[in-house]
Amino acid sequence: MKQISVFLENKPGSLYAVLRKLKEWNVNLRALSLADTAEFGVLRFIVEHPEDLVARLKEEHFAATLTEVLAVGVEDRPGGLCDVVEVLTKAGISIEYLYAFVSPKGDRAYVVLRVEDLETAKKILEEKGIPVIERLAL
Amino acid sequence: MTPTFWDEYFELLPREDMEKIQLNRLKKVLIRAYHSLPYYRKKLEDAGVNVYDIRSLEDLRYLPFTTKDDLRRAYPFGAIAEPMRNIVRIHSSSGTTGTATVVGYTRKDIDTWAELMARTLCGCGVTAEDVIQVAFGYGLFTGGLGVHYGAEKLGATVVPMSTGNTLRQIQIMRDFGVSVLCCTPSYALYLAEVARENGVDWGKTKLRLGIFGAEPWSEEMRAEIERNLPIRACDIYGLSEVIGPGVAFECEARCGLHISEDHFLPEVIDPQTGKVLPPGEVGELVFTTLTKEGAPVIRYRTGDLSALMYEPCSCGRTLVRMKRVASRTDDMLIIRGVNVYPSQIESVLLSFDGVEPHYQIVVRRENYLDLLEVQVEVAPQFFSDEVKVLERLKKQIEERLKAELNVHCEVKLLEPKSLARSEGKARRVVDLRKKEGMA
Repeated sequence: MKQISVFLENKPGSLYAVLRKLKEWNVNLRALSLADTAEFGVLRFIVEHPEDLVARLKEEHFAATLTEVLAVGVEDRPGGLCDVVEVLTKAGISIEYLYAFVSPKGDRAYVVLRVEDLETAKKILEEKGIPVIERLAL
Repeated sequence: MTPTFWDEYFELLPREDMEKIQLNRLKKVLIRAYHSLPYYRKKLEDAGVNVYDIRSLEDLRYLPFTTKDDLRRAYPFGAIAEPMRNIVRIHSSSGTTGTATVVGYTRKDIDTWAELMARTLCGCGVTAEDVIQVAFGYGLFTGGLGVHYGAEKLGATVVPMSTGNTLRQIQIMRDFGVSVLCCTPSYALYLAEVARENGVDWGKTKLRLGIFGAEPWSEEMRAEIERNLPIRACDIYGLSEVIGPGVAFECEARCGLHISEDHFLPEVIDPQTGKVLPPGEVGELVFTTLTKEGAPVIRYRTGDLSALMYEPCSCGRTLVRMKRVASRTDDMLIIRGVNVYPSQIESVLLSFDGVEPHYQIVVRRENYLDLLEVQVEVAPQFFSDEVKVLERLKKQIEERLKAELNVHCEVKLLEPKSLARSEGKARRVVDLRKKEGMA
């Protein structure tokens, strides 16, 4: 699955500038995370048509990029995420970052993962019966 | 206080006599420059000037200028007028290969320099009884060794601390009974701050005098230093291309800096037209070295803005005074005593693929130390989703800048197009120190 990342300066209004554009273009965010450091932030999100959107963001001079990530569905219960991470840990795959959200239906949680070796991670997860999702249709 | 003179003859010389000596020395140095400095000989020939035609000090205005770029192009030894076997020391201005200017000193130059630096320190009120802590950098920078030799010549006790390690500086000042501190004015303020944080009781020290130079500073900053340290703060002026510290000094009258004009012939010109300005008018300071052997310069444009005052000084010296330097004609920044040109920063930034050629340099003063921040826009194609990649980029730029400039700077990554684009000349430098009392 493709995720869009946008570079944000640490200053008031920089998140708003991106979100305002998304609103203007009627883009619905499927999942989102905002990482920050002392120096800057990175906004990451999942949308329906990431290729089109990233091109439009670049036209508007945002530093935006597409990144391949893994999205997996986990059971919405204690230990759900732990089981996924356990599989990756045992395979020696390290996680750069992840963010999670619960589906509105409430039965499943979704985890968006960025790992070093995407293909291996995908294979291992599928072997263990953890479904990797190609599209987020909520 | 009764003024004491180091060299009564030259410091009190009537103007007519000074001008005779200057003219005599000028003729000699011009002939030397013509025969031993190919870069300047070419300038003379291009301008169609015969150095043997120079008959008065007024004629100086017909001679071509020397610029910092001329000296840079002569890197490394093209501006040295003596065979290398006669050169006993080399100094270099801040900047690295390609942009630095190199100065060579003969044994006689080193002696002259020590003599002038002794005159300078004496004029500021240093005596043989003093213990002087030299907290200018020792090395290629002229500050440390320049003051060092002069202080020894004067007979003071020299503590050659060089820069850094502020707590140790303070401890040595206390333990060794240091009475004179010599450093950049901003470092003096920083040292005062550190001392206060550590509960130093200045009453228990012998500190009484501060000799400050190597960066422009204002009267407000002087007042601030004198409030924070138990000293009288004196301004000294010099630049490596001319000799180093020891070109001009402030006497107790504090009405400008006396130029040792028996060695350095000053002019003030209109920086745009190059025309010589009358006394009292502010323009670019230009020096011709009258006695230097190793690396003489003719009409060297300093980039420093000042004015010349020939009226007698209450201290009795007849040496012409220059207004203290408050600003420059070009975009050179002085960061903690180190010369930094925005173009150096630009060339480093442009060597990185991921950075847009849009940047801004912000200079601030925090805790009395100059802070250099370079803001660069992240190019969309280089932007990485991973924070660590961006942090690595930032760190790499910082390291390269440090290697190029010899001074630490903080890099701040900005969103594309976040810096204002201007039609004409981009505003690359924002110097916030000016608001904080730096002239």
